[in-house]
Amino acid sequence: MTRTNGPPAPPSPAAADAEDQSLRIAYDDGVTDRTATLRVWRGDAAGGAFVDYEVPVQEGMVVLDAVHWIQAHRAADLACRWNCKAGKCGSCSAEVNGRPALLCTTRVDAVTRPQDRVVVVQPMQTFPIIRDLVTDVSWNYEVNRRIQPFTPAPGERAPFVIAEPDITRVEEYRRCIECFLCQDVCHVLREHRGQDRFFGPRQLVRIASLELHPKDTADRLAQLRAEAGVGLCNITKCCTEVCPEHIRITDNAIIPLKERLADREFDPIRSLWRRLRPVPMASSIPAADERVAAPARPPG
Amino acid sequence: MSEEIETDVLVIGAGGAGLRAAIAAAEAGCRVAVACKSLLGKAHTVMAEGGIAAALANVDAEDSWEIHFGDTMRGGAMINDWRMVELFSHEVIDRVVELEQWGGVFSRTAHGLISQRAFGAHSWRRLAHIGDRTGLELIRTCQDRLVHTDGVTVHMETTLTRLLEDRGRVAGACGYRRDSGELVLIRARSVVLATGGWGRMYRITSNSWEGTGDGAAMAYQLGAELKDMEFVQFHPTGMIWPPGARGILVTEAVRGEGGLLRNREGERFMERYDHIKKELSSRDVVARSIFKEVQAGRGSPHGGAFLDITHRGPQAIRRALPSMVDQFASLAGVDITKEPMEVAPTIHYTMGGVTVEAATGQTTVPGLFAAGEVAAGLHGANRLGGNSLGDILVFGRRAGEAAAAAARELARTPAPHRLQAEAEWRLLREPLERAHGENPFALHRELQEAMQSGAAIARTESSLRETLARVLELTERAQRMAVPGAPAYNPGLSTARDLRFMLTISEAIVRSGLERRESRGSQWRLDFPERDPELGRVNFAAHLAAGGEMGVRPVPIPPMPDDLALLTAGETRVAATDLADAADARQRVGRTGAGWGGR
Repeated sequence: MTRTNGPPAPPSPAAADAEDQSLRIAYDDGVTDRTATLRVWRGDAAGGAFVDYEVPVQEGMVVLDAVHWIQAHRAADLACRWNCKAGKCGSCSAEVNGRPALLCTTRVDAVTRPQDRVVVVQPMQTFPIIRDLVTDVSWNYEVNRRIQPFTPAPGERAPFVIAEPDITRVEEYRRCIECFLCQDVCHVLREHRGQDRFFGPRQLVRIASLELHPKDTADRLAQLRAEAGVGLCNITKCCTEVCPEHIRITDNAIIPLKERLADREFDPIRSLWRRLRPVPMASSIPAADERVAAPARPPG
Repeated sequence: MSEEIETDVLVIGAGGAGLRAAIAAAEAGCRVAVACKSLLGKAHTVMAEGGIAAALANVDAEDSWEIHFGDTMRGGAMINDWRMVELFSHEVIDRVVELEQWGGVFSRTAHGLISQRAFGAHSWRRLAHIGDRTGLELIRTCQDRLVHTDGVTVHMETTLTRLLEDRGRVAGACGYRRDSGELVLIRARSVVLATGGWGRMYRITSNSWEGTGDGAAMAYQLGAELKDMEFVQFHPTGMIWPPGARGILVTEAVRGEGGLLRNREGERFMERYDHIKKELSSRDVVARSIFKEVQAGRGSPHGGAFLDITHRGPQAIRRALPSMVDQFASLAGVDITKEPMEVAPTIHYTMGGVTVEAATGQTTVPGLFAAGEVAAGLHGANRLGGNSLGDILVFGRRAGEAAAAAARELARTPAPHRLQAEAEWRLLREPLERAHGENPFALHRELQEAMQSGAAIARTESSLRETLARVLELTERAQRMAVPGAPAYNPGLSTARDLRFMLTISEAIVRSGLERRESRGSQWRLDFPERDPELGRVNFAAHLAAGGEMGVRPVPIPPMPDDLALLTAGETRVAATDLADAADARQRVGRTGAGWGGR
């Protein structure tokens, strides 16, 4: 039965006319006469420097398009992490003109400096550099593993009955695409290198999504106070400002967690009750036996 | 200089299918290695927006797995693997409930049950969803489940490029670490391919760089059969303007929530093409209709159609379609609560893939399993929206369990001969050694142009022949690629390898498209515009023939048992598009997912 495609079959009568019909639609490529200079940091852990690339600007072009143009035409080995190119996966995180941003949703026109038509693109500064625009974000995944996962009551089986408002509240946290821009901008991690005592905004959002899930029964407050270091956040709201998913990280995740903790730990009546009748408070999560060292300061 | 790892089950790919397979294999007691090209949680699954179709019957009590079965078969133009469809329409209900048990959250009905929305060619409101981010919810839920499951090691940004063989059986895979460029070999007792589809060989695509068909091409090289390769799904609604955003997906949920398609003249043209289902017709029909409107000169300014949801009001739109609101605001400067979107068909999904046994995902190569988009059969000639998220969970789990069972049968891990890996590693590094040669990005662009113009939504014998010639010419030129730099995180180098996969897969698409001399599902032959009942009894399968040529042969479809055939009679009805905030069908909490055994 095996055959490679043999001679063409006789076309049907309709074919002759159909063949003439164009199979293609001509697309407008939105070519403009503008150019921009992408000043891209290139290098690795040993060091690096900014390199300028002159890029033709297309209508509506985003910075990731410009990076792809450079890869295809000037530097095939320019490293850049990306996936969906639609703002949904959070891979192409970097800093554009010093501001943490997704390259795939940042339009070139919006960030080109008018005086010299330059766009500065560099890797996230909080994480160790791998190469060019790519950083090592594995610390975030390690921290996530230390957070106790969703834990319904024993014997509680889905399908659950949950009211829509309870879902709406949790849904905000669940929108997180793990781009880690909030971790990048957070001064506890960025300036103070607090990776050994603070989980960062992303993981606090994660904890909030579990703590506020109506069917979750685990207690993560002890971890929140100690290992996760929620007290270190001093509410500058930089994380909220850079979140591409518009999660109100500080107001809706971190502050409610701080309040829960304050209620539990610092309420004088509860505190007195605890002293009279101690109740085990530690969550069932094993303490992390190994803390991740602060990454070496990346260049750039 | 290379690294060697040993495991029981190797899962390649970490989208929904890979994660679910890895969880299943680990829960069965195996050591599992998961290798993925990107970071965990970034796979294409996040792009599935609309929801997961399952006959929970929370909103429309009339729905049942039987109706879901019939809809899926009719949507797939009856050449689906009916056994897969049967397993799927039963089990997807359990898989949705399982996600909820694992902490996944879904939008609710007034009675607090999982809400369900209408979608194209589903007879009832059937898609469990959370806004328009259901794929993200699925992947995050499975990801968190996975990292807290014992026995699993995840190798992020690790690209595997060749399956290794030992005495006629798969024995692992080899490739490289993206961050360091270091070469890696993973020995395994069984392998699950969960590598997804291939849209990157087309110019207008909603696929990320990962959609290069690695898994299918690797399986083909090892002797597995590729079925239904001619069927490539055009999602009717991709963004079309600005050019940088072209191809980016606009979820079908827009139409599920009542969105209307109009042409340049303001006419709701779907009434002419499918007067019953209109905008909610199956994807192949809607995509073709938009194409025909543009060809007739009634397209929107940039060569597409207008998709209008403004009548639903800003509040409802922001609640049901939040990421669409953001996407159009940031990329196109369009406020979809106030003005229509401009859309055109974009390559979205590939129905074809590796031939598998329905219940286990076993391919024609011993020890090798496949699940999700890389596997063929469930969707036939056209996939219904909402069926891919169910696919990856149902068959990911089944493949994971079967791979674990296969691994346990072996007394020890096979030891593939290193020559296989060394040959592959040479191929991987070879473009770095050439000072001058073909630019992989330029070749890729040429391939995209060729496939887009000759093997896309509308095809003819001559367009396919011309494309085949181009693909073979590019395959030849791809022997001489040159890439600057070093192995560490070098996108030129990875594109060079990916291109070879894409060329193999493109050849299979075109050769299979040539064999199917009819129009069926997503295959639209202008020279054979009708369905041919004879061809409705076969699938076409591509395989590596003697001498290294690609052969394509027809494979008869086994006849469907009468009880199932009965379920496919009649027409798909149209589900109501008003939101599920109407009263619930009835309280069926105790019933969902319970007690429905498979055949």
